[in-house]
Order: sequence, then structure tokens, then C-alpha cells
Amino acid sequence: MNFRFFRQLGQALLLPILALLTALVLGAIIMLLSGDNPVEAYQGLFSGALGSVRGWSSLIRRMTPLILSGLSVAVAFKSGLFNIGASGQFLMGTVAAVAVGISFEGLPAIIHLPLAILAGIAGGMIWGAIPGLLKVYTGAHEVIVTIMLNYIAANFAGWTVYAGGTQGQTPGPLWDPTARAVSETPDVLESARIPQLLAPPYNVHWGFLLALLVALLIWWLIYRTIIGFEIRTVGQNLKAARYAGMSVNWTIILTMMIAGGLAGLAGTIETLAVNYKFAPEFTGSVGFDGITVALLGQTHPLGVVLASFMFGTLDAGGARMQFESGVPADIIQVIQALVLAFVAAPILIRTIFRLRRGRGVGESAPSVSWGGLA
Amino acid sequence: MSTRPLWKATSLLAIVIALALVVMAVLVNTTALREYTWLRVLFGISALNFTLRATVPLVLGALSGILCERSGIVNIGIEGMMLAGAFGAFVAKVATNDWPLVASLLIGVLVALLVGALMGWLHALLSIRFRMDQIISGTVLIILATGFTSYLFNRDAVAQGKFSALRIPGLADIPVIGRILFDNPPITYLALLLVIAVHIALFYTRWGLRTRAVGEHPRAADTVGINVNRYRYINTIIGGMLAGLAGGFLVLEAVGQFQEGMTAGRGFIALAAMIFGNWNPFGALGASLLFGYTQALQNELLLAGVTTVPRQFVSMLPYVVTIVAVSGFVGRVRPPAAEGKVYETEGH
Repeated sequence: MNFRFFRQLGQALLLPILALLTALVLGAIIMLLSGDNPVEAYQGLFSGALGSVRGWSSLIRRMTPLILSGLSVAVAFKSGLFNIGASGQFLMGTVAAVAVGISFEGLPAIIHLPLAILAGIAGGMIWGAIPGLLKVYTGAHEVIVTIMLNYIAANFAGWTVYAGGTQGQTPGPLWDPTARAVSETPDVLESARIPQLLAPPYNVHWGFLLALLVALLIWWLIYRTIIGFEIRTVGQNLKAARYAGMSVNWTIILTMMIAGGLAGLAGTIETLAVNYKFAPEFTGSVGFDGITVALLGQTHPLGVVLASFMFGTLDAGGARMQFESGVPADIIQVIQALVLAFVAAPILIRTIFRLRRGRGVGESAPSVSWGGLA
Repeated sequence: MSTRPLWKATSLLAIVIALALVVMAVLVNTTALREYTWLRVLFGISALNFTLRATVPLVLGALSGILCERSGIVNIGIEGMMLAGAFGAFVAKVATNDWPLVASLLIGVLVALLVGALMGWLHALLSIRFRMDQIISGTVLIILATGFTSYLFNRDAVAQGKFSALRIPGLADIPVIGRILFDNPPITYLALLLVIAVHIALFYTRWGLRTRAVGEHPRAADTVGINVNRYRYINTIIGGMLAGLAGGFLVLEAVGQFQEGMTAGRGFIALAAMIFGNWNPFGALGASLLFGYTQALQNELLLAGVTTVPRQFVSMLPYVVTIVAVSGFVGRVRPPAAEGKVYETEGH
């Protein structure tokens, strides 16, 4: 361990932090223009997320799916793929996990819980594999396919808990008949729930540690294994990868499967540790959040964790901000979009802060191609 | 490559789809075939009217994509431009509620165009000047539009009135066809005219030739003195206006109000229609009609209650068709060659 590590870390953090600050300032200007008080808003925001144990616990709870969906998008970026499909993969993971979680009564937790988690990962993986396969074998661009798969997954997940129609439509397979007209699943059995780390009022669960562990695992996979090397090579130079004898097709499919599995795991943890059941309105905005977090974290697993912390803060404090200052929590989304814009165009930040090239604020934003694998 | 793009396979498909629908509509609505519920659901006048209504935002979005991408700028942000345009139209409409209806609606259209142009300019600025990856820049537009419109949307605001149908005298009296094609509100006519206009502009004018040159081989275009980035700016801005108009259509003609996230993926389906239509206006129209028809079908099937298939599977239809279209046809379509790449003049 020497100073070089810290200097590199500092340089890597410079762009995201400047981007966040600029976005917060712009957000304040927007609030001023629309007659809101930014000082009060930001006070509420940060005290809401960081000022109390309850805030911290909700921040940690919010971070868990962000880390995993961010990793999902980041891994795909590593091989030059743009995974807009995290929300669909998240949903399919959720459905698979909940399906296992509500069945197999009497199974010991030591078998049931891992089974449910694996089912969730598998659900996401399958949904991630589809765009990979289609890209490789038909040339269909993953951006469009993943977007369409998001809508299909939303409809499919909605159907699994469908309460049935008036014209003889049968109810969905996971629907809880005791919920009557409400579309939701029964509660996940005790044996398939992820245990809590902190006592109930705080609801911090082991899933958070699992997400951190997975981040470490992904780091190891990407930077320390042959598979990771192939993923990165395909992303940086497809022709070189092919020329070196790597199986580009297989790498692309595998990358999308890993990405899908990660997003599926995000949905799984949300279900088995927080909601304990699935209803169509639990979806949220994981997909686009994952993109922003991945870019903010410079597609590096450690960066994704830090970016999730930043984003989790904004999300966790949003409700408190709205409550205390009356500023609609939607402004958070505007700030997040601005962060994304600044991170994705480092040159913007360079221009604003008059930074020289190569001081960590480089051309590090990933780029993805539109036209097939040719 | 054929020099007569109108007769390319995808454009032919557009004509075939449109003709088949019209022929079936005429048959079903004027003969004894009317007695079959299924046929009435599939080809009734209400299904075809719905198809046209669903097609308008798709085809406008697809035209927006065509203009941008033909000049070499990938536009995945159509969804965001549309949403922003819809919101702009709504705000303008609400602000001018006590004006005469037509004037207020026209202001709405103008503002939708303006907001769309602004979004297009932003996209061009980010991807040309600031060299952001164009797909990511498009994503930024989408997230920005979603965030801004929900932040600024005042849920108590109500827009009063929307465009009503404009009967074209004479033509509207043709049985069946008249009721489908010539009895529509103005933006619908405008969208159909714009398909022809963009086609002519792209393939029969100097501007169009230059746009295509810029998108296919910017270096060559630059060599003969065409200002590559200026063409890209102009095209992206006009493209933004078309997407904004699509949003304006949703507020001023289809729904009458603004709802959060009201574009509901239409921008993405438009994108697929553009690809499916091989970056040609008529091809895009055909693809949009196909997608619009699947949406209409979903609506009609649910209304008629002729099927016990759960509604979620019917709702999946347009998206499944899009995936099939994109993976089945993309091998035979070809995007503009220089798309997505930043152009820098030599010597920098």
C-alpha cells in the first residue's frame, strides 16, 4: 500500500464528486426558479438520509438493489453492451424467487433460502440471456430488445399475480386467493426469508452484506479471471478479441447472463428481505437507476458501491425532504439525470472546472455501438 | 443498393399492410362477413380508427429517428423528447385555456415543437460538442424528461378541449375508407403528410442528399465542403421537433390531458419502427401501422371479450412483435454507416 493507490483513488473520485456537486447546484437553481427553497430542501434531504439511525438504515436498504442493478449495467458495459433491461431482469428474478419462496412448506431454511435466491438469480439470468442470444444470432440490438423485454416482463409479472377477469380469465399462478381482488402473492414462508441484521424498527438485512460480497466477487471476476479478461477485451476491441481466438459470441451471451443474474438477485433480495411478497407496484425505477449508478461509478465495482451510497442518500432523503420543505421528491430524479449527464460527458465537467486532460477526469465514459457485431 | 428507395422491400411492406387492412375493412364492413364477431373485432372500423390513432405518435417518432440517424446521430431519446413535447403542449394549453380553442391548441402545437427542438438541440450539443456517447446522451434525455415533467407537473391543472375531427368534404363520404382516413383530427393528417414530405426531402432534394452523405461518409462530405456538424445539428433539431409533435399529439389530440410517463414506451417502439422500416419514411410508416394495429387489437380484443386470454398477454403483443421484427429483419436492414461516431475535422 503506498500513496499511488490513494492518488489514483482520488483521481477516480474527482469526476463523480464534481458531477454530483454541479448537479446539486443546478438542482438548487431549478428549485429557486420554480419557487422552492433549496436550502431547506437539501437540509431535509441530508438530515433525512444521514442524520439518524433510521435514515442510515433506510439508506442501506436503498443501497442494496442499487449496488446490484448498478453492477448489472456495469458488467454489461465492460463488454460494450448496454443493458437497459435491468428492470425486466429484476422483475423476473423477483417472480422466480417469490414462486420458490411461497412453495415448499416445511423445507428447512438452510435449503429453502438458498434455493429461493438461486431461483431468483436464474430468473434474471434467463431474461438477460435472451438479448444476448438475439444479438449474437440475429444481430438485434440489445438496447431495443432489453427495453421490450422490460415491458414483457412487467406484463408477465403482472399476470402471475393477476386476480382473474370477469370474462372467465383464470387467475395467475402466484396470486393469493385470500387477497380477494388484490393482485399480490401470499407472503414468502419464514424459511425462505433473508434474516434481519438489525432489530425490526430499522430493517437492515443480511442482503446488504450479500450485495457487498457480490460486488467483491464481480471485481474479482472482471479483473482477476480469464473470463473477465475476455469480457473486457470484447468491450474494448471486438476484432482483436476475435483475432485472439476468443469466442466473442459466448462472451456476449455470458456477460448478459451475468448482468441479468445480478439484476435478478437485486429483485430477489428486495422480495425475500424487504417486501416478503410481490405485487405489481413494487417495481420502482431500478433499471434507469442502475444505468446512472454504473456510469457514476465509472463501471468499476468499488465505484458502483460508492455511487450507490450517493444515490441511496438522495433516495432515502427524498421523502423527508418533501415532508420538511414541501419540495416534491421528483426533483431528486432531475438531479440524478443531471449527475448522469455530467458523468457521461467528462468534457462538460472539464470545461466547467477548467481541468486539464488526464487528471482523472478523462475520457472514461463507456461507449457502446449501435450497429451489430459485424 | 437500389436508387429508388420507395420500392425497397420494407416500403413495399408498408403499402401491402395498409392495403390489406383497407381491403379487409371494406369487405368486413360492407358484406355479410360483418356477421362474424372475430372479423368485426379484427377489421372493424373502430379497430382501424384506433390503429391510425396509435400509429401517429409512432410514425412521428420514427421520422424523428430517421432524420437524426440519417445524419449520423443515434437518437434513442425519442421517448424523452416526446414526453417533454407532451408536457410543453400541456403547459401551453393550460396557460391559454381562456383563449379561443383553436388558437390555444395551435399555441400548444407550437410549444410542443419548440420544446422538441430544444431537446433535439440538447442531444446534438451533448453528442457533438461534448462528445458524449450518443446512446447514453439519449438515455440522459429520457431520464431528464421523466424527472422534469414529474417535478414540474401540477396535478390540479386541467386542459380544456382538444382537437376534434376535421372532415374532408367529398373524400369523407367514401364508404368505410372515408370514415377511416378522411375524418380525422389535424395532427393525424399532418403526420401522414410529413411521411411524404420527409421522403421527398431525404431522397429528392440537395439537403437530403447532403444529410445522407453526412450520415454515410462524413469525411467525403466534408471534403466537398459540406459542414458535417451543422447538418447534424439541424437534423437532430428537426428530429426533436417531430418527436415533440408526437408528444403534442398525445396531449392535444389523443388524450386531452398530460399524465406522468404518458408516452409509455412509444418512443422506443418508434425506434423499432424506424429500424424495421430500414430508415425509410414509408418503411417506418408500414412498421408503425403494424405496431399500431397490434395496439388496436389489444384494445379491441379486450373490449369485445371474445377471448379468455388474460389481458397481460394481449398487452405483450406489441412488444413481442417489436422483438420479432427487430431480430427477424435487422439482418436485412442497414443503418447509416457513420452513425454514432463523433466527426472531427482533420488537423485537430
